[in-house]
Amino acid sequence: MSSFARSERFRAGLLSTLLLLLILGIWHLATTGGAAKAPVPAQNLTPEQIEYLKLMGKDPGAAAGGAAAPAVTSKSGFPTLAQMGEVIARHASSPFYDNGPNDKGLGLQLAHSLGRVGLGYLLAAAVAIPLGFLIGMSPLVYRALDPFIQVLKPISPLAWMPLALYTIKDSSISGVFVIFICSIWPMLINTAFGVASVRREWLNVARTLEVTPLRRAFQVILPAAAPTILTGMRISMGIAWLVIVAAEMLVGGTGIGYFVWNEWNNLSLPNVIVAILVIGVVGMALDMIFARFQRAVTYVD
Amino acid sequence: MDRPTDVASAAAPAVDPYDADRPLRLGCACGRHRSAAEHAADRTDLAAGAADAVTSLRARSEEPDFVARSNAFVEAALVKALFPHDALRRGFIKAVGRRTAQAAIASVLPVASLQAMAQEAGKPGTLEKKNLKIGFIPITCATPLIMAHPLGFYSKQGLEVEVVKTAGWALIRDKMLNKEYDATHFLSPMPLAISLGLGSTATPMRVATIQNTNGQAITLHVKHKDKRDARLWKGFKFAVPFEYSMHNFLLRYYVAEAGLNPDTDIQIRVVPPPEMVANLRAGNIDGFLGPDPFNQRAVFEEVGFIHVLTKELWNGHPCCAFGTSAEFIRTNPNTFAALYRAVLNAAAMAREARNRELIAKVISPQAYLNQPETVVAQVLTGKFADGLGNVQTVPDRADFDPMPWPSMAVWMLTQLQRWGYIKGGVDYKQIAEQVFLLTDAKKHMQSLGITPPAGAYPKFTIMGKVFDPEKAAAYADSFAIRRAA
Repeated sequence: MSSFARSERFRAGLLSTLLLLLILGIWHLATTGGAAKAPVPAQNLTPEQIEYLKLMGKDPGAAAGGAAAPAVTSKSGFPTLAQMGEVIARHASSPFYDNGPNDKGLGLQLAHSLGRVGLGYLLAAAVAIPLGFLIGMSPLVYRALDPFIQVLKPISPLAWMPLALYTIKDSSISGVFVIFICSIWPMLINTAFGVASVRREWLNVARTLEVTPLRRAFQVILPAAAPTILTGMRISMGIAWLVIVAAEMLVGGTGIGYFVWNEWNNLSLPNVIVAILVIGVVGMALDMIFARFQRAVTYVD
Repeated sequence: MDRPTDVASAAAPAVDPYDADRPLRLGCACGRHRSAAEHAADRTDLAAGAADAVTSLRARSEEPDFVARSNAFVEAALVKALFPHDALRRGFIKAVGRRTAQAAIASVLPVASLQAMAQEAGKPGTLEKKNLKIGFIPITCATPLIMAHPLGFYSKQGLEVEVVKTAGWALIRDKMLNKEYDATHFLSPMPLAISLGLGSTATPMRVATIQNTNGQAITLHVKHKDKRDARLWKGFKFAVPFEYSMHNFLLRYYVAEAGLNPDTDIQIRVVPPPEMVANLRAGNIDGFLGPDPFNQRAVFEEVGFIHVLTKELWNGHPCCAFGTSAEFIRTNPNTFAALYRAVLNAAAMAREARNRELIAKVISPQAYLNQPETVVAQVLTGKFADGLGNVQTVPDRADFDPMPWPSMAVWMLTQLQRWGYIKGGVDYKQIAEQVFLLTDAKKHMQSLGITPPAGAYPKFTIMGKVFDPEKAAAYADSFAIRRAA
């Protein structure tokens, strides 16, 4: 049995690696294909034309050489793999530098973002899970709150942001509020659903044993609904991470979203792509943490 | 125009407003050489990196004749504002002689007190608030405010200032209203708009200095190279940084002069300046009237070309301002004076042509503008590629002139009324004087026992039409194309 699992995992890993190599190969071909246009030899350019080219960031000397010289400054054409590698190495070598409020290392920006996400998420969990319990145990409350939940759920974080900025009057608290209001819904709904679908038999047994309500909640309902609750938390975490990037682009200051926006202002695609990759990897890591928790509470019915 | 070589005049400041024989600007783009060739041969400091640029500039700001030059700069700015047409100035000085001219002008303008204010050493014990946050948008308009940070002008006044890059003008407004920022880089009409309650809750804001004049341009997408006549622009989509901005007003004025109605014939969108080049590239807009360095960046990225510099529309128009809330000034007067001095000193340094290339080095890194150095250098020195194959030299493409003339405010108010942002009667003079703080200078003058000047409303010429601030209401009504009431 284990050798079969191993071989399947191995094959899946192999397939993933091949897919990655394919993507990198396509990237490489797309960015280095289409060689430079026939360069005008430098002798044919007037001094004004040479100066013009220099002001435009092109090196007329390279054109004279004839070889396809690398761009003097990477001018926002899609970056090659070599440029990406260079930028990644630079960020990885000093992720925690701090040159003041507008120029911090990638690691520090991530730390700021994670801090905000953590705070907003914990607040959301503190509200969603107890409320979800209440909704799940009482069909009346469920019906009453349902319209509000359904209306507020689809509202995008970017739509909440102006309202938050206007009433809360503080941009970092507004950021945390926006994370709160967007990540609360999956947890709430899943908790309610999980609690409502606890097996009747188990509740009956608890009633027969005359278990007090509190003990019933913690020792019967919670473990029974735990997998569903954790699914909700996992989804909420994904949403919170998504929201923080958008919120920081709007509000600025610090964070990975602000980093993306700052580099976008400079049309510096390699840095933007590095930031996107980092966002993806961190999101994956957060998800894996919750997956581990989920495995701990899953039971076979 | 020979550079003086004897010792006495070698110490003279580079701008001499009482010289009847010279215009107020000199030869090559940096101003020290007789010709561009000499200038190119003299580029010694420029191989150095940004850190060396900071050291050089700091050293220059501590030179003893920087003080003299700084004073001369304040004086020159005042005189230039009084005589916007250089020929008039020279005629006046030739007629009455230098000494008389100096005395006459000093009796009308607060020259001495502003110079004293610019140089007064900060008395550290009296600052109410030392740690300040100042917001800025990463454009060259904010150069004095930004460069004061690495060059230590703030710390010299005893202030610990953090300059914070902001995502857009709406956020600047919000963070000033929230008091998250103590002072900020504004668009010149913004304090007017916020004080009047247009687009936000009415909160009195004040302009301490105008940060820059000129420095904008109309940039069009390269596909419109053959559509340089504004009459062909029907249906175009333009971007401006903000509703209440000189950009919006100048664009509307320009388009109206060509016979198009900016509300119905073209579409004007608000796009934060850093996103303008990207939007142009993506084809979302056909052009923009925006701040540098984004015009130059569009040329650098080969997506746009510079159609006209706003200097051609109104030479010396104000663009961005350095301002704060009236409450901050009331509760922290000494801190405000210290900030004012720091920014004035920075503006004096930025004004000098020979410093511009080094300043470009200092403000281009990631912490400030985050743009390639050559783009910023082209904007500041005025020697630039225009996107159509030509290298143009316009030394005062971007200029730094801190006088907040109330007549500029009056012009903005007339345009706000022309396009329907303000409805009903407006007391132009009262609002302009309240918001544009030449009165700060007046207050200092009163404390020194000098009567404040009455003459603070120079006339301007915008696209060939003279604007007389005394007849503002008539001017506002005199346009054929305006928003129907």
